[in-house]
Amino acid sequence: MNMRHTTLISAVLLMIASSGFSSHVKAQVRAQVDGQWVMPRTADGRPDLQGNWTNATTTPIQRRRDQDAVYTPEEAARIEGGRAARTEALNQPSDPDRVAPPVGGDGSVGAAGGVGGYNYFWLDPGDRVAMFNGELRASLIIDPADGRYPSRTDASRQRMAEASQFRRQFGQYDNPENRPLAERCIVSFGSNAGPPMLPNYFYNNNYTIVQTPDHIMIMTEMVHDTRIIRMGTPKPLPEHVKPWFGDSWGHWEGDTLVVETTNFSPTQLNRGQLSGATDNLKITERFTRADEYTLNYEFTVDDPETWTDTWSGEVPFTRLPGLVYEYACHEGNYALFNVLSGARAQERREGGRQTPER
Amino acid sequence: MSNFIFKLVRTLRRTTFSVLACTAVAAVSADAQTAEIPRTQDGKPDMNGIWQALGNAHWDIEPHAARAALQMQAGPVVPVPAKPVLAFGAVGSVPSGVGVVVGGEIPYLPEARAKKIENQENWSERDPGIKCYLPGVPRATYMPFPFQIFQSSSHFFIAYEYAGALRNIYMEDPGPAQVDSWMGQSVGHWEGDTFVAEGSGFNDQTWFDRAGNHHSASMTVVERYTMTSPHHILYEATIEDPETFSRPWMIRMPLYRHVNEDARLGQFKCVEFVEELMYGQLRKNPIGSEERR
Repeated sequence: MNMRHTTLISAVLLMIASSGFSSHVKAQVRAQVDGQWVMPRTADGRPDLQGNWTNATTTPIQRRRDQDAVYTPEEAARIEGGRAARTEALNQPSDPDRVAPPVGGDGSVGAAGGVGGYNYFWLDPGDRVAMFNGELRASLIIDPADGRYPSRTDASRQRMAEASQFRRQFGQYDNPENRPLAERCIVSFGSNAGPPMLPNYFYNNNYTIVQTPDHIMIMTEMVHDTRIIRMGTPKPLPEHVKPWFGDSWGHWEGDTLVVETTNFSPTQLNRGQLSGATDNLKITERFTRADEYTLNYEFTVDDPETWTDTWSGEVPFTRLPGLVYEYACHEGNYALFNVLSGARAQERREGGRQTPER
Repeated sequence: MSNFIFKLVRTLRRTTFSVLACTAVAAVSADAQTAEIPRTQDGKPDMNGIWQALGNAHWDIEPHAARAALQMQAGPVVPVPAKPVLAFGAVGSVPSGVGVVVGGEIPYLPEARAKKIENQENWSERDPGIKCYLPGVPRATYMPFPFQIFQSSSHFFIAYEYAGALRNIYMEDPGPAQVDSWMGQSVGHWEGDTFVAEGSGFNDQTWFDRAGNHHSASMTVVERYTMTSPHHILYEATIEDPETFSRPWMIRMPLYRHVNEDARLGQFKCVEFVEELMYGQLRKNPIGSEERR
């Protein structure tokens, strides 16, 4: 199924499904004693983290430079109101008499991609400011104190420059490998499946957690990726085995699930927030049930050869009422084929190198 | 007369397979009496762990002799491996299998049987597995890859190594599937010690194996997972699809636990593995294009 269609259907179904709560939520409602929320626990006495969650939010990863760490309620109301108004405006029906975009696109950037690819109906980037421990947060990063990525080491800058130089030898449409991982349906946008598990500010920021005494399974809707976290004393993979999302081991510290991850895939380290990181990268995540509808997610990124300091963030995961649908991305990925095919057609038209017609 | 002998042989063959199947089931049942199966704290059989089907069902779920390749072409004397699979040599040859279809043969409607044969003749272009597409149900179960069951009091979730496929088998029925999908929608319940998953909402794009066996979007699959020992699950799936088959039919096979202490589900995110196959010709400089010119 086409990615866009899946999204549309997911969006429609979410609306249908959100009228009913899962049995899990019902169980939690029953777990309330005299209106007081009681931590739901699994049979082995651990906090029950299971169910469907979302980390969609308007709060950016990095804070604006002139912004305090916490919004006032008025600021938050203005942000959420602005997003709601924008959603309302962008959700207006498209003009049925509109003409096709001009050849080469209309020059617009973003989701519509110059050719009217997506209108807002398809998107679900988050409409709430991140509320963490009662604070209306202006960034997901909380350490360094300015809410911004710490400085990079010279060695890391050097690695990024080399990677960039390698990439510059290609045009962005020359090969499938030159396209972003999400466009290739390999992983979600941004650092959605993580670690760290961050919102993609686009759509489908949804997760399912299933918990057994010796494993925690976290499924990220995009693109049906599972992180299987093994509990207990780590028996790490050999250094040269580097799966997507790394090698994660968990343990409980009181009522908090602590997960430590190493052995990151080099391709993953080449992109986004983790660009320029080394094989010594270690990410620690902490999952704590905060209330009936909230799972507090904290993370710390540590790689002394890459950043001059560790950096940490806090992200609220909120209960997703409804089901998570199959995100079969690759199976309907006509876009990647068409993007490459379009680039070849353009080259032929511009009389450049002759590429055989197919 | 020859027709009679053919029918007789076929009947005998079927009987043999049924007897074999019964013996297998009896053997596993006997096991169950001697070994206590693990149970969760709520008393259900504890299927948490990594499991895998052994055998050759992933090549062809029907009983079959070994053959030279998945895709054949006419040769001057006998059929020979077709060009797209020739380079694999014996690695691409199909090992024999006793089959997992109860009764031996899939009860295709005539047109559906013809489509199966056509699929086989065009295997390299048609098998969704070639392009790393999601395997569907029940094929995911007996791909030559393990899968992991995550079972808790509220969830029954299966993560398959192959293609990162997964199923969240809902323990509460959300109603009819709202949309067709590759892995379908499954709703689970316990019948005694058997976990039953009722699957629907499948699309018509997935196959049963590498032999072109197929179905329509009307298919439903009822799977039964029964632990017969701490390390075995008897897996049975009943397939119903009136557009493709003349009657419901069943597959049955044991699943084996990965018992080694360091067992873990690997990762087989094969999307990037097939990019050269699917998009290689669209590179700015297709690999090998210099030599071809």
